[in-house]
Amino acid sequence: MLNAFKWLSNVPQQTIIYRIRRDALETRIFPELSDDQGNQNSNSPRQLQAGVTLANRYAIQEVIGVGGMGSVYRARDMHFPNVTKLVAVKEMINTAPDPLVRETIVQNFEREANLLATLHHTSIPRIYDYFSLESRSYLVLEFIHGKDMETIINDTKGFLSEDQVLTWAIELCDVLDYLHKHKPDPIIFRDMKPSNVMININGDVMLVDFGIAKTFQSGIKGTMIGTEGYSPPEQYRGEATPAADIYAMGATIHHALTRRDPRVEPPFSFAERPLRRINQAVSAEMETVVNMALEYSPASRFRSALDMKQALMAVARKTGALSRISVSSPVSTATTGGVKPLWSFKCEDEIRSTPAIFQGVLYVGSYDNNLYALNSADGKFQWKYPTEGGVVSRPAVVDGNIYFGSEDKRLHVVSARSGKVLWTYYTDGPIRSSPRIAEGHVFIGSDDGHLHAVNLNTGRLVWRFETADAVRSTPYVTSDLVYVGNESGDYYAVDFRGVLKWRFHAKRSITSSTVGTPQTIYFSSVDSTLYALDPRNGWVIWRFRLGKASISTPCIVDDMIFVGASDGFIYAVDARSAKEVWRFRTEHQVNGSPVIYKDSLYCGSVDGNLYCLEYRTGRLRWKFGTEGPITGTPLVYDDIVYIGSNDHQIYALLA
Amino acid sequence: MDKFFRWLFGNNQQQPSTAVKTVEAANTAPLSEQQLQSIVGNQNPRFDLQQLIASGGQSVGKQRELNEDSIFALTATMAGNSGNLPFGLYIVADGMGGHQFGEVASNAAIRSVAGYIMSKFHPFLFQVKPETVEESFQEIMQAAVADAQRAIQKEAPGSGTTLTAALVVGQQITVAHVGDSRAYFIYPDGRIEPITRDHSLVKRLEELGHITPEEAANYPHRNVLYRALGQGEILDPDIFTLGFPQPGYLMICSDGLWGVIAEQDLVRSINEAPNLQRACQNLVNAANIAGGPDNISVILVQLIG
Repeated sequence: MLNAFKWLSNVPQQTIIYRIRRDALETRIFPELSDDQGNQNSNSPRQLQAGVTLANRYAIQEVIGVGGMGSVYRARDMHFPNVTKLVAVKEMINTAPDPLVRETIVQNFEREANLLATLHHTSIPRIYDYFSLESRSYLVLEFIHGKDMETIINDTKGFLSEDQVLTWAIELCDVLDYLHKHKPDPIIFRDMKPSNVMININGDVMLVDFGIAKTFQSGIKGTMIGTEGYSPPEQYRGEATPAADIYAMGATIHHALTRRDPRVEPPFSFAERPLRRINQAVSAEMETVVNMALEYSPASRFRSALDMKQALMAVARKTGALSRISVSSPVSTATTGGVKPLWSFKCEDEIRSTPAIFQGVLYVGSYDNNLYALNSADGKFQWKYPTEGGVVSRPAVVDGNIYFGSEDKRLHVVSARSGKVLWTYYTDGPIRSSPRIAEGHVFIGSDDGHLHAVNLNTGRLVWRFETADAVRSTPYVTSDLVYVGNESGDYYAVDFRGVLKWRFHAKRSITSSTVGTPQTIYFSSVDSTLYALDPRNGWVIWRFRLGKASISTPCIVDDMIFVGASDGFIYAVDARSAKEVWRFRTEHQVNGSPVIYKDSLYCGSVDGNLYCLEYRTGRLRWKFGTEGPITGTPLVYDDIVYIGSNDHQIYALLA
Repeated sequence: MDKFFRWLFGNNQQQPSTAVKTVEAANTAPLSEQQLQSIVGNQNPRFDLQQLIASGGQSVGKQRELNEDSIFALTATMAGNSGNLPFGLYIVADGMGGHQFGEVASNAAIRSVAGYIMSKFHPFLFQVKPETVEESFQEIMQAAVADAQRAIQKEAPGSGTTLTAALVVGQQITVAHVGDSRAYFIYPDGRIEPITRDHSLVKRLEELGHITPEEAANYPHRNVLYRALGQGEILDPDIFTLGFPQPGYLMICSDGLWGVIAEQDLVRSINEAPNLQRACQNLVNAANIAGGPDNISVILVQLIG
């Protein structure tokens, strides 16, 4: 397990970097990586080019939208040569090879045209024309200067104001009321959602896309008309009633006020995301209205769109901007001051490493070049062992001996009891990696670019494996292979004879150490990715994108992976599906590793705090502030958490 | 007779082969320990070569005229000095019924998913100097599903299909799943474990506690899905990776099988069958005997060695 360093990636001399302060380090170690995710645009079939004139009348200007079956264009109506009359031309390309399928599609399109032609409302675009050309059909509609609501939600930093959403919602209820009262038969819109609502330059709403507003065919599996996420339970059963539009209206307001897209959440899960838990600026009255619209049973919702409109207007009257009460969250802060250390011990320089414990004694390295042995119960000093370089390596204890590396290039082995040296082993570069002991060997990396296998008892080199760059991660050992990453992003699986079995390459350095199960190994990289690989052959099972670079070693519990990153977050990721379970924000980089003890996660941050979170939910239990950044990993043993800080101290806290 | 065996097994008088002894002793004496060992060994062979074996079964059922299910199974064994990496791809797609061209959708789904995945693995599998695959298994699956979504929207707009696809590379199974076809792990000791979660209305209502499992079993709209390939704008398939059960089976099937036969009967059918082909046939037959209300599709896969 490698912890954190006070040196920079590309500075070769430790003496120079020794005094670089953390501020410089943290900003320079992880420059923003350019996001190289690209364009996976669909190759939609032949869009019309600007300049083409359709039906001798509509001069295409540009594409303003792309749907599943064609594009929407802005065009100029050339029947009005003296004024610029803009129209929206909605195109439907019939790509279906099967004649029966083709026919059905054309019928659906005609139905939308006929329906629209019968409607007159300021919030419904007017229809001007309808025609077909070969395999394409076109609807010519009123052009709306504006943006759709989904775009507005996405483009807004933070949340849209409640007043704004309220105004739109009232107008939308008004147009729904108009549709539901349509004669001879009510029209159910069935596809209310932000992307179907345009906001024009006057700020008024326009309901667009009447493609599926029609009589409903119920019954057979698959008649899933409506948009997943916004549709109520009964709509999946084939029931389309005004109550379904009311539910979708509630879902639309919920999306607008929370920015949580219901299409990527499980269906009918709004109750799990209460409005005011996500957006505390929302009024209690508004939440009540939305909750009622989103009632599971249609009978419990508003009886009509008009009722909902009136309820929204009541909210508007009650909550002037002045009377709005901002509800503060009941979380965290209260618990901060309460945590007192059992003991603390001060070294002469920063502690960036992770301690180890053995028979009631805590061993920890410091940048004052010493390894300290302290009584784990009271922090009393036992002995210290001096090296000639900073110690960031986490000690390993075997048979009463302590193994650890130092920036003086050596692997040191000292007696746990006396602190007397048994042997040392020289590499050709500073050691920041930690030793891993298995099968009678000590495996350790060095800045000399090698993975060293050293005989556990004699301290003699068994073999060394050359990599292309410094090895600062700690080797991970399974029953037949040793895994290690280096600073140029190479990752190696080597057998016990030092023979390469496979290798993998990440885009940036792999400073994080590996953790694994027999099925999968995990590590993070400065390329902002958490990797899951097959330990047998190096195939990539999944990649999880972190907000920024990471040198934090992951930890695994119950099919969950936890890892920190320099964007300040601690992430919890599902090990099977690579989906984020939660993330917790600290105030600065998280370079150390999380550890799990019982049902808590402990992790330090460069913001100086040690955080204790409920590991299943990421909820804060308590935090403990130190005087300097924390870059090491806590050790939890016997209900006590031990953590070193750059304030030169090591603390013992009750877990 | 004796001559025949000698010819068959080589004429070595000092050390007559076990097979000869077994045959000679069969009628007259109890089996020796050595004989027992050899029989047991033959029944439960250990293979040095790790490989996948798979079989499929399908039937239109007894009550439908049209088969809207599609299945795809591909198994590759490649071993040599460069390594031994089992590779397999298994897909079940159940097109959605009625006049909505479900058979077009399920066919487009299996072909485009398989086509996309094979194009990604082609340089690794079929080039003299194999190239490593850049993307992760899960990224490839995600892209394959998106590709299938586009294909269906093009071939049969408005239609939809379920999709349960399992990509096996080495001992890792990466599953992409939309809808209510299912993948199971089945163990020789009789345990059966569904590894996918149905995207059906009834399952969701059950998860939310609106209906009990008993009500779910008799729910009138059991076949309504809330997520299907070809439907909706944002498709969010479940994608995850698990280790291949060893010993055990991977089974993928449509609701024409799992909706008709109780889980424990599925397991019994499989564990009683002498081989995978027969197991698939038995499963299909059982579903038909139970009324065959829907199209039936099943794929069984085993990783040996």
